Amino acid sequence: MTLRVKIAGAMSGLAVLVGATVVQADVLFWSTQAKPVEEAQAMREKVLAGAEGVDYQPNDPGPWLTRLNAELQAGSGAIGVLGALHGDFSAMDPDNLVDLDELGVNAASNTFNSLAQLGTDKSQYIPWMQASYIMAANKEALPYLPDGADIDALTYDQLIAWAANVHESTGSPKFGFPAGPKGLKHRFFQGYLYPSYTNGVVRTFASPEAVTAWEKFAELWEHTNPASTNFSFLQEQLLSGDAWIVFDHTSRLAQAFNERPDDFVAFPAPAGPAGRGFMPVIAGVAIPKTAPDMEAAKNLVQYMMTPETQIATLRATNFFPVVDVELPDDLPPSVQAAGAAVAKMSGAPDANPGLLPAGLGDKGGDFNRVFVDTFERIILARQPIEAVLEDQKKRLAAIMEETGAPCWAPDAPSEGACPVE
Amino acid sequence: MNARILPYVLILPVTLFLCLFFLYPFVLVSKQAFSTGAGFTLDNFREVVSYWKFPISMQNTLLLAAAVVPVQLALALLMATMVNRMQKGRDIVLYIWTIPLGISDLAAGIIWLAIFEQSGFLNSMMSGLGIVDQPVNFLSYTHPGIVFLAIALAEIWRATAIMLVILVAGIGLIPKEYCEAAEVFGASPWKRFTRITLPMLRPSLQTALVLRVILAFEIFAVVAALGGTLFPVLMGETYAYQFDLLNSGAAAAMALIILAISIGFTLVILRVLRVPKGATI
Repeated sequence: MTLRVKIAGAMSGLAVLVGATVVQADVLFWSTQAKPVEEAQAMREKVLAGAEGVDYQPNDPGPWLTRLNAELQAGSGAIGVLGALHGDFSAMDPDNLVDLDELGVNAASNTFNSLAQLGTDKSQYIPWMQASYIMAANKEALPYLPDGADIDALTYDQLIAWAANVHESTGSPKFGFPAGPKGLKHRFFQGYLYPSYTNGVVRTFASPEAVTAWEKFAELWEHTNPASTNFSFLQEQLLSGDAWIVFDHTSRLAQAFNERPDDFVAFPAPAGPAGRGFMPVIAGVAIPKTAPDMEAAKNLVQYMMTPETQIATLRATNFFPVVDVELPDDLPPSVQAAGAAVAKMSGAPDANPGLLPAGLGDKGGDFNRVFVDTFERIILARQPIEAVLEDQKKRLAAIMEETGAPCWAPDAPSEGACPVE
Repeated sequence: MNARILPYVLILPVTLFLCLFFLYPFVLVSKQAFSTGAGFTLDNFREVVSYWKFPISMQNTLLLAAAVVPVQLALALLMATMVNRMQKGRDIVLYIWTIPLGISDLAAGIIWLAIFEQSGFLNSMMSGLGIVDQPVNFLSYTHPGIVFLAIALAEIWRATAIMLVILVAGIGLIPKEYCEAAEVFGASPWKRFTRITLPMLRPSLQTALVLRVILAFEIFAVVAALGGTLFPVLMGETYAYQFDLLNSGAAAAMALIILAISIGFTLVILRVLRVPKGATI
């Protein structure tokens, strides 16, 4: 009996030891990106195959942050490298992230690099990959384009007319909008509708131009599939035919282009009176100060920035490289389509890029909520536009004052907190 | 061991468990709700109550409880009396009726989503029968009534069984003699039900109602699956504060508000359905 107990003890001790050494060897890559199963698998098998001993674990932003905070509070952890969107990092205290300047890797874009400093003077994360939001359409919708409209240089009025034509001819509204619970609708308002109509986001939140913008959006909504409030990944509705003309994140349209490349077209977002508003999205990699093996974590960050890894990441996630690389010709259809649309959008003569909200700290969610609430009240609940904007303006102003975040493009620069005018 | 301390020793592990995993976190949550970093404050409560969706989510939660619980009570009573009268196959029927109890609430929500969706079973059936030309989107902001109905149906389907189980046990405890005596005096079945079964069932009704009402205020997954953001409820708002806005203080305040409502209703039910001392079976 005692011998058995001893053997069992020795075995379990050995098991713990083996388990511990395995944990020691693997760098835990804790990420909010590449979460769908196929993408996570591609990350593990294709992208990270060249870096030995990496355990790639994607999760929702909520649980992602909960575990990270728990480790930071405990002062010790298992997470080696973090992968997340700019907004996720900007919600964190920069002191909890290791300064990464000494690695000598950076993005080609200086705007991205300065965003990655999170308001300090050192890189808190390294820009890792980028994407944007674009429009896509079923080719069946193309004959209904209004006369004289160029699909690569649409205006909002033409888009509304187009959606109306399709609605009239097919008998059902075929514009698709990501207004579902997990949909990225707020980015449309912050990076597309507001910059296109008001040449601002915060300053012009309740301006007369903003009223026009919401009126136009309400017009577009007349021709929008009412089930849009359940749509979060428009690739599904493109494939099912529930929506013919859609707006969404490039990686949320990819499946449609990859499954039926000949049926869909990607094109730039429309333009309003103040230009063609669009928003680049950036994801980054960072190292928490509690990383168990700092050397291995830094090696992994450097590995992620090599041109080969960046291209492998592009294939796996449909997020584009942030470093200068020569793109190969055999990329998946989704990447080719989205890449061309983004290039046309950013290269358009009337391009008016709107940056991601910056400097909001952990109020990023509240900031988004102002726009989502405005949408729900004006469009879904049909409350009067001016009254809603006046009311929501107070919330927005309170957030800006509390965080002291200065204005970002396309709003004119401010001294101190960005004012809501 | 001393017979006088034995009971306390036996409940000690449970007490410790509850203190560690219920009382302690509860104290932490209350602390979080009443502070924003500097001292005691009601700011969190002010923030969540002044949010424009708060009255709507409160109203939705209460309405849903008011619509669902009475129906469930009636159904559970009916089903319990039926089961009680059965001679054969009682167990099988009981097992089948309690299957939804074993299904998680999110799964239940998804099952009903598969029915009501635009490409769901109900639409396929209706277009198969020629009632509609093209699929109707029931769960949209344009049909708030249907969204409410779908959620209520899913809840009734899912959570009636928990009341049923309690009531079946309670009915089994009522001595047969009362009913036989009533029958001798010529009481109709309805009269026997209202004058004997219902009053004798009071303790079980109390338990069943308390449990069900508390769960009704905590409704979350079914609503999330069927209504998304179209039908805000208190628990959904709490989740949004914690995970979308990363505002733990406000989430804690919401949690305490839900707790207060639950305690309030529990006290009311306990008071209304109280069993006079010495009248227990």
